[in-house]
Amino acid sequence: MFQDILVTGLVNGSAYALLAIGFSLIFGVARIVNIAHTAFYMLAAYCFYALLVRGGLGVLLSGLVAVSSVTLLSLVCYRLVIEPVRQHEAAVLISTIALALIFQETVLRLFGGNYLGIPSAIEGVAHVFGIAIPWQRLLILIIALAMLVSIWFLLHRTRLGLAIRATANDLEVASLMGMDVNRVAMATVAISVALAAVAGVSVAPVFVVDPFMWLSPLVTVLSVVVLGGLGSIQGSVIGALVIGYVEAITVFVLPQGAFLKGAVALSIMVVVLLVRPEGLFGVAFEEER
Amino acid sequence: MLRPFIVAAAGLFAIASAALAQDNIKIAVVGPMAFTQGENAWAGAEMARDEINKQGGIAVGGKKLKIELVRVDSNEIQSVSDATNAMERAITREKADFVIGGFRSEAVLAMQEVAMDYKKIFLGCGAADAKLGANVEKSYDRYKYWFRVSPLNSPGLGKTLFAVLGSIAGQIRADLKKETPKVAILAEKVIWTEAIVKAAQANLPQMKMEVVGLWQPSPVATDVTAELAAIDRAGADLVFTALSGPVGIVVARQMGERKMRAVTFGINVEAQKDGFWEATAGKGNGVATLDTYAEVEMTPKMIPFFKAFKERFHKSPTYNAGTYDAIDLLKIAIEKAGTTQADKLVPVIEKETYVGTGAILEFDKAHDPVWGIGKYTGIAVQWQNGKKVPFWPQQVKGMQKFGLPGES
Repeated sequence: MFQDILVTGLVNGSAYALLAIGFSLIFGVARIVNIAHTAFYMLAAYCFYALLVRGGLGVLLSGLVAVSSVTLLSLVCYRLVIEPVRQHEAAVLISTIALALIFQETVLRLFGGNYLGIPSAIEGVAHVFGIAIPWQRLLILIIALAMLVSIWFLLHRTRLGLAIRATANDLEVASLMGMDVNRVAMATVAISVALAAVAGVSVAPVFVVDPFMWLSPLVTVLSVVVLGGLGSIQGSVIGALVIGYVEAITVFVLPQGAFLKGAVALSIMVVVLLVRPEGLFGVAFEEER
Repeated sequence: MLRPFIVAAAGLFAIASAALAQDNIKIAVVGPMAFTQGENAWAGAEMARDEINKQGGIAVGGKKLKIELVRVDSNEIQSVSDATNAMERAITREKADFVIGGFRSEAVLAMQEVAMDYKKIFLGCGAADAKLGANVEKSYDRYKYWFRVSPLNSPGLGKTLFAVLGSIAGQIRADLKKETPKVAILAEKVIWTEAIVKAAQANLPQMKMEVVGLWQPSPVATDVTAELAAIDRAGADLVFTALSGPVGIVVARQMGERKMRAVTFGINVEAQKDGFWEATAGKGNGVATLDTYAEVEMTPKMIPFFKAFKERFHKSPTYNAGTYDAIDLLKIAIEKAGTTQADKLVPVIEKETYVGTGAILEFDKAHDPVWGIGKYTGIAVQWQNGKKVPFWPQQVKGMQKFGLPGES
């Protein structure tokens, strides 16, 4: 059972990390709580489905087009919906909820509410510590690791990364130093949504694609970022792994309570908010900036 | 000066409206219309309407009344309150004479209350929860307008499930030489599965099967790898499912990906749909579920209905298409009673033995269909290489063999 928990928690946690780091990044830089974050993930999954299954394009091309088009859409949404109300946090929150619902209803009209499946990019099962894990799930783990390394490289080894970190550190000073903070925010939105889109494309073949698939991960992502510390990328990764493992432990230790795994994640979020509102890595987050 | 004319015009309009209303019988078809369940409910109703209207309509008091359908999207999969609002709208604004359909038990229980408030006959074609019928037994005067046309109630489904399980266990004993097959119960955590889970835990040991555990994921779970790993580790030969949500696809797909040796049987609503094979990306081989319709002679009407449905809608009907039988049953009852008044129709429906497309319907005291081989049991089907193959009841013409892993 220990090996099962070890492997299942790691694979699921890595998928959550892909979503959570984007969510956290955009909050850290632009103070935008993007409720539509997982709706972009859903859109990418649908786009991937349409191109791969209905359009007959290859896996790689479908994935690239899906991620690029959803990222472009996020820029349009940022310009039209978020930027005009960016100074008002509540308005941003409400706007992104509205965006998510618009995406959901549009997809419902276009594809209907039926559940759709996408073939795996790699068929077959790998055996890790005696545990059977489909290759597609291991691919998610590899993609998540690659994305984490890329984000670290982008933030710490490029001029854009420097600008993003400077803006995250102090928006006003960054602005006074001549940085175009709006463009930095826009670039961050694009990076953040691209991460969500990559998550959507990579997990779609193992999950079920439906217009409401953004709701459940949203709850998990909120739990992850609250646990890790809102705005902290390092915290998001660790929070995602903690939630992934807690869910796996819930199912293995309490099989009759498997449906409670979402509730356990939410309970962790509530406890963290009560005991340590800045999250586990709140202090580290400040230093990290 | 104009006032008398306006009053007269209004009076004439009211009389004309009433006269017009008498030409039609309005039936509201309630369901989640963006989903397969709602689509099937509407499709079944359309077929019945077109056939009956083609014959002139329903004969009431020397007149032939045409059927008018009202499509009511309950959105009940997402929201129970949307469902009750939809029911309220169907009755008050659309002025429906009868209501048929419904899918999700929680929503149908709430909609039942609204329909009963207005004393409207509500023929259920989707929800299995036993409480819907228990309400009739407990408080007859209030709930007598409710009848369940499809599916069986959950204890009835349980009876069929155990009959089929017994047959599969026999095959495992004979083919795999396992005297006491190990069974894992995998049931989503919702109210309709509660009675089935309890019955399974009580009955399976008596049927010489060992229950190795109960796993209860959410009906909308997107990942069950942990549950399946635990089931694998428990050495299950058979996974007994009670799943109505998308988790049914996830379970089938992930079992296929893991190449689990256990065979599945139970209720998997998603596996009843034609789109199941594509939704599981072809990984759902061997998944078996209770179902209602196939090209087999369960009743004399099943094969013609199945073929006509498939020809018109290019897909097989699910049990929600029982709206066809519901409308046909209403027609028979209205013609026998000579009225559309609910209180006069209830005793007629109660006494009716109706040969439908999916079953032969007789109602018990709870206004639930009476279970029995030759009456109403449902059928069992298994996905074999992309096709849904019916395999139970074995004595019915057209049934094929259940495939154990490695055989199918």
